[in-house]
Amino acid sequence: MTSLSQPAGTPAVPSPIGPEQDPGASASPGHDGHGSGHGHNAHGAHADHTMTGFVIFLASESLIFLALFVGYAVFKSSSPLWLPAGVEGLEVREPLINTVVLVSSSLVIWLAERALHRQRLGEFRAWWLLTMAMGTYFVVGQAIEWQHLPFGLASGVFGASFYLLTGFHGLHVVTGLALMALFLVRSLRPGLVLPEGKGVIAVSLFWHFVDVIWVVLFVLTYVWQRR
Amino acid sequence: MASSSSSSPSFDPRMIKEPQPLPGSPGSWRRYFSFNTDAKVIGIQYIAVALLFLLVGGLLAMIMRGELITPPADLVDPTVYNGLYTMHGTVMLFLFLFPVLNGFNNLLIPPMIGAPDMAFPRLNALAFWLFPVFGVILMASFLVPGGPSGSGWWAYPPLSTQNPLGHALNGQLLWILAVAVSGVSSIMGAVNFCTTIIRMRAPGMGLFKMPIFCWTALAAQLIQLMGLPVLTAGAVMLLFDLSFGTSFFKPEGGGDPMLYQHFFWFYSHPAVYVMVLPIFGVFSELFPVYARKPLFGYHVVAIASFAITGLSLIVWVHHMFYSGTPQWMRNVFMVTTMLIAVPTGIKVFAWIATLWRGSIRLSTPMLFCLAGLFNFIFAGITGVMLATVPVDIHVGNTYFVVGHFHYVIFNMITFGVFAAIYHWFPKFTGRMYYEGLGKLHFILTFIGSTLNFLPMHWAGLMGMPRRVASYDPEFASANVLASLGAFLLGVATIPFLLNIVSSWVRGPKAPPNPWNAIGLEWLLPSPPAAENFAEDVPTVISGPYGYGLGQPLVEDQERFERRAAGLKP
Repeated sequence: MTSLSQPAGTPAVPSPIGPEQDPGASASPGHDGHGSGHGHNAHGAHADHTMTGFVIFLASESLIFLALFVGYAVFKSSSPLWLPAGVEGLEVREPLINTVVLVSSSLVIWLAERALHRQRLGEFRAWWLLTMAMGTYFVVGQAIEWQHLPFGLASGVFGASFYLLTGFHGLHVVTGLALMALFLVRSLRPGLVLPEGKGVIAVSLFWHFVDVIWVVLFVLTYVWQRR
Repeated sequence: MASSSSSSPSFDPRMIKEPQPLPGSPGSWRRYFSFNTDAKVIGIQYIAVALLFLLVGGLLAMIMRGELITPPADLVDPTVYNGLYTMHGTVMLFLFLFPVLNGFNNLLIPPMIGAPDMAFPRLNALAFWLFPVFGVILMASFLVPGGPSGSGWWAYPPLSTQNPLGHALNGQLLWILAVAVSGVSSIMGAVNFCTTIIRMRAPGMGLFKMPIFCWTALAAQLIQLMGLPVLTAGAVMLLFDLSFGTSFFKPEGGGDPMLYQHFFWFYSHPAVYVMVLPIFGVFSELFPVYARKPLFGYHVVAIASFAITGLSLIVWVHHMFYSGTPQWMRNVFMVTTMLIAVPTGIKVFAWIATLWRGSIRLSTPMLFCLAGLFNFIFAGITGVMLATVPVDIHVGNTYFVVGHFHYVIFNMITFGVFAAIYHWFPKFTGRMYYEGLGKLHFILTFIGSTLNFLPMHWAGLMGMPRRVASYDPEFASANVLASLGAFLLGVATIPFLLNIVSSWVRGPKAPPNPWNAIGLEWLLPSPPAAENFAEDVPTVISGPYGYGLGQPLVEDQERFERRAAGLKP
């Protein structure tokens, strides 16, 4: 509660506008915002607004990836120098396993969300932790792949695009893991993560977003190898 | 209705509290220097810092005009001159116009739609405080070895991927960082403004009862959300090319410098509409007030904003007509660019029809609006000329383009900014400005800007190239006029600043609705309390521009008016 919000049980101040013009009465029942004071905090965001804002943000964020994808496709189809000398292409097997793990973690995080909705906090933590483990597996797997690649960031436009795309995506995976860790810790204290918890839904949405981006990225870089 | 009776007959004590202490009175000014989450404080913070950078950008411009008053490069070295125009453009766009318009968004959107604050107040404050951060980053480039970036505000490679002195910290790097941080801040702002407009409107305020300013703000912020990510992608690649040896834009490594131009203009052309749309909003708000007539064609004006948003995303290649763009592509983008004149023209006709037979009051904001509209029509005509491929190839790299976009950015957009500052000054400071000083400011600005930017057109048509510190003496007369105009514009800021500061400190107290305007913000006291209407939000029952129609805007209008005036109901 902030200093501006009226504490519950404060004796009502005599209204200069009279009881028949109670301020709440002018707010229509369908109005979602600041009408009759449920869930609104003067200095925090309304929970529903958070989701709206987050979806707008994700839509905008996806356009960075779209720009990078378009850049990649343009280079790939038109650059006179693509693969650096001595590089045949990318190994697909390990990244494919990585992909399967990451994509199936979307199902697992959905199970976590469902468990939370059914108020089974223990089950929620288990699924949540499993999602984190799968995400970590992906990041570690990609780090190992990076170490064994025969080209670097500065080896032509192929190397630069590859590392920029996978690196930028990897940054999103790490962000997702950090957010999940945060909510895991919060779930240990009662009352901080609620069944209708918008935070968990937002993190989950972010995770699905990261997965979808990866699928496109995988198709673009690993599947589409021939020019 | 039923639920409200159960939730205690609560009357919020804030409502009978005095309005906030006036800014400037002891103990209140400090909030302007703190991490304050109140949108009205943030709005004034944005506007104040942005005006500071207007002075910086203006100073840079005056040094340039000082250099150009004589044909040879004698005042500054050509390298320094490159740095000057790069910084002038970057400061004016990223440190003056975007922030000042974000300031208006912060001040105006919540009161106009009856919301207590923005949807995410803390995010809002964070977005603001990034502004001084990237301001300092950009200004710091004057101090690093080699000085500021000299590759123009568009920073095309290969010039922008050179680092001749080999310092890891160089002007170009700081330029990229500043633009990137500015982008992050703008995205935070855009998410906030869109969420606020979509979700926090007063009861009864459907989309088609919203003031046009909110429509244009929404349309402009949508461009930010769609365009900025693309610029960010380009800027990250440029940063890697400059500092980490990649070759995204270097042909020798298989890269393509044209791709950068596409990324850059995909955002930076629509960015002009990010700046111009809110000023369309300001015009649409102010003409009805000072002509005492409803806005002509409200629905069409509202929808035209979104037509502009849509079209603005498919015109960017007109900046690249002479960059080796294939002919079919030039033709396509010539047509799309000309098409954007249609929704814009619709708005211009709507404003003129609003003024037609109105009872026009020529106070300072109206003067700035009328002159801004006049200049905009002029800029629109040169704009359609430039959209034509043959004309563009002929005058593309000349002062004609410089004249054209300064007519848009200064003579229209900045005029709109001044109009908005004067119009809403009493509302948010609680003080009236001095009309005489305002008119003096207007006259000096109008003469100065016309002298400054009009002769550029004929210098350009005669063939004077842009971005040069020295030029052929045959262009001297136009340049002398332009330089005199620039110095006059510098002088014009004196009555402006004097007016703003002195009226804020000791101007006459402002009534809640000094212009007899219609709109939710005018139903609040001047200045409004911290949370605007707080819990007692009026229910909107009619459209926003009911001048002369005699219908109330909200239920119980009289009660809100009396409360705003501090009277007992």
